[in-house]
Amino acid sequence: MSDASTPAASLRLSGTDHEKNSKTVFGFWVYIMTDCVLFASLFATYAVLHHNIFGGPSGQTLFSLPNVLTETLILLTSSFTCGLGILAARANHKNKVLFWFLITFLLGIAFLSLELTEFRHLVITGNSWRRSGFLSAFFTLVGTHGLHISIGLLWLVVLLGKIFSGGLSKNNLRQLTLFSIFWHFLDIIWIFIFTIVYLMGSLGK
Amino acid sequence: MNYVAGILGKLNIHVFPHDKVTLGAAVSIVLGGFIAILFMTYTKRWKWLWKEWLTSVDPKKIGVMYIIVGLLMLVRGGADALMMKTQQATSVGASHGVLSATTFQQLFSAHGTIMIFFAAMGLMFGLINLVLPIQIGARDVAFPFLNLTSFWLFAAGMILINLSLGIGEFSTAGWLAYPPLSELRYSPGVGVDYWIWSLQIAGIGSLLSGINFFVTIVKMRCSGMNLMKMPMFVWSVLGSTLLIMFAFPILTVTLTLLFLDRTMGMHFFTGGFGGNPMMYVNLIWAWGHPEVYILILPAFGIYSEIVATFSRKRLFGYTSMVWAIGAITVLSFSVWLHHFFTMGAGADVNGFFGIMTMVIAIPTGVKVFNWLFTMFRGRINFSTPMYWFMGFIGLFTVGGVAGVVMSVPPADFQLHNSLFLVAHFHTMIVGGVVFGYLAGITYWFPKIFGFRLNERLGRWSFWCWFIGFLLAFIPLYILGLMGATRRLDHYSASLGWQPLFIVSGIGAGIIAIGVGIFVLQIALSIIQRKDNIDYTGDPWNGRTLEWSIPSPAPFYNFAISPIVHDRDPFWEAKRQSNKDTDEVPHYKDIVMPKNSGIAPIIGMLSVAFGFGMIWHVWWLCIAALVTIIVVIIVRSSDDHTEFIVPAKEIERIETEYAARKAQAPKRRYA
Repeated sequence: MSDASTPAASLRLSGTDHEKNSKTVFGFWVYIMTDCVLFASLFATYAVLHHNIFGGPSGQTLFSLPNVLTETLILLTSSFTCGLGILAARANHKNKVLFWFLITFLLGIAFLSLELTEFRHLVITGNSWRRSGFLSAFFTLVGTHGLHISIGLLWLVVLLGKIFSGGLSKNNLRQLTLFSIFWHFLDIIWIFIFTIVYLMGSLGK
Repeated sequence: MNYVAGILGKLNIHVFPHDKVTLGAAVSIVLGGFIAILFMTYTKRWKWLWKEWLTSVDPKKIGVMYIIVGLLMLVRGGADALMMKTQQATSVGASHGVLSATTFQQLFSAHGTIMIFFAAMGLMFGLINLVLPIQIGARDVAFPFLNLTSFWLFAAGMILINLSLGIGEFSTAGWLAYPPLSELRYSPGVGVDYWIWSLQIAGIGSLLSGINFFVTIVKMRCSGMNLMKMPMFVWSVLGSTLLIMFAFPILTVTLTLLFLDRTMGMHFFTGGFGGNPMMYVNLIWAWGHPEVYILILPAFGIYSEIVATFSRKRLFGYTSMVWAIGAITVLSFSVWLHHFFTMGAGADVNGFFGIMTMVIAIPTGVKVFNWLFTMFRGRINFSTPMYWFMGFIGLFTVGGVAGVVMSVPPADFQLHNSLFLVAHFHTMIVGGVVFGYLAGITYWFPKIFGFRLNERLGRWSFWCWFIGFLLAFIPLYILGLMGATRRLDHYSASLGWQPLFIVSGIGAGIIAIGVGIFVLQIALSIIQRKDNIDYTGDPWNGRTLEWSIPSPAPFYNFAISPIVHDRDPFWEAKRQSNKDTDEVPHYKDIVMPKNSGIAPIIGMLSVAFGFGMIWHVWWLCIAALVTIIVVIIVRSSDDHTEFIVPAKEIERIETEYAARKAQAPKRRYA
């Protein structure tokens, strides 16, 4: 890829900056791979325990598909707006960046509140993580994804503050790139959760 | 009362140790710390310590700190071992020895945990930090600040595990804390929580280090160094970091699930409510088996460097060595079940894992033969590192054969949990890993400090280790075949085991003398450093890039980034040029990372966080966590993390080195 076609060029990055960017982005990808292993372990745990309901309710009776579908659509849309934000960053439109990432942030908040509502409902009806091995695994897997989303939102709000005050500096742009990788990754993990936990769970598989 | 519980969690006046052994250990650590603090204050070194060491992002200094912690933990874990050996030699028949059963259980749990996580991992990351960047011709690692943070997370875990001596208790559930024993119901104290949090925090540090060095190797090699020109140590670290990246997240998950069981009342591994204890055993070994290879691969790398240097020959079979490392890296994820053949997975599953275990012996055997062929017709110079290497070859072969014996599932049903197993893995870890790291310290010491270690004491240390090892562990092979199980704190006199246990205890004592001599060797070499100064930067007639720069290595490593045309680039350069080049080098400004006080702060906050989690002091956890987040945000907003070393300054330093080199007495390579 020639320098002129990359976003780096539009920011007039020097050689060392370019090198640093490529190291950081590669390092972040490697981190994402390790996070993948982390989720894989949790999925495996869930697969082992999902029949161990110990006389309690199974996924078939607990999950509400319309609710989960709404969550899914919200998260997918947030990934889309995140992508639009990155396009705006490449075009160096600060206000558009702020706008699209603000939308991403709000969608993330909406997703998280729906998830917490679901969790709260389960706990209130006596189906907390203490009920069975299945529910322990469910709360931990879905909760770990939710924790990642929360960390992402905290990261995003700090980053938006920095972009608002400091503009699209090299440092901020690099972090924006990393954030978008993180956000899309969480989206993919959610697709797996949606399929394996909710869809297959509702079918009783 | 609720108010007090809110502030102090589970802490109360009774958490201080009652039994004499633990109390003695705690008091001696506190006293030692106190003396160290007095010394530092008296000699006014606090500022120096903080500015030059604790906040330094120079991988060489981080490496030295890792090695100091690693050696301290080797002594701590060794003291645990000595006490266990004393107990086993004396607790027979009517006599019940010197330790209570609970103390004994805490000792074997602490010994395993500390030796693997804090002694071995510490020495490993220490050596990687010291030499890896120089070997690939780089000035630093990919993420210097992250590197320092990793060290501090490692140190935080180390502090937590040692706090358990003085405040509360340590786990009695063994070094891998199998449930249901490690569940709240059977281990209601804080011991297992200490185990969980010290490993969790140190483990995250190791994971970040793994990522860091992987990226460093992939992205920061100097020009000309393609993959097949990398030194073997770099290859071995590449394999090791790949394993870290795939294995450590599993450990993070496993520890978290056990924590959730114990603290949140979940049911992952409990006996009832649909929990599955076997799942824990699978998960922990899916991390634990690769972990063994994480430790041994860099040691293989060190041996490869040493045997080539001291045989004055190219490493035999470089390509097959690389493939062997690759094969071991991949295969190490397909053998974890051999740790629990007896748990009833069925004949087919056991058969598969048994065969995979035998298969992994093949690439390891390839390596052993390559090392031997490297020595064949070489001009071998028996310096201390070579002694460690020779000791390793013998012990590793014995231990490896014992391992292949146990890989046969029916045989394993007899040997499982016996002292035969204990003897096997100690042969691999002491004879393989520890010998390798001690050899590595001896080999690279001059590069970091500018003078060599005392050869005679080094050899004495080796002989103590080697003879002590044979005396300590050969009896355990025999005892294991006679039916002695591991973790035994008392046995009947009629079994006739006591003489063998006494021999084993004497062996452990000799190893302790070996450790003492190693420390003495470092101390004496510092005192007599004038006699062993390395003027040229190349004390061993070395082959790889680290020997091409002065000793002690300047903080920027290379004044001019090297260009590599060959494997063993420095050896080739020495062979080809028979004149000193007269052309004046052209120096350029160098950008280096600034030191950072934020990493040690994150480390100390992690200690507070872990301590709060262990004792259920929730406000402390929240406060520590929030502060960590704020500190990270502050750091990420800092755009001035680097500084420029002007070309003039580099020229001054390099001229000084050149002047020193000119004073060097005539070469005396053997």
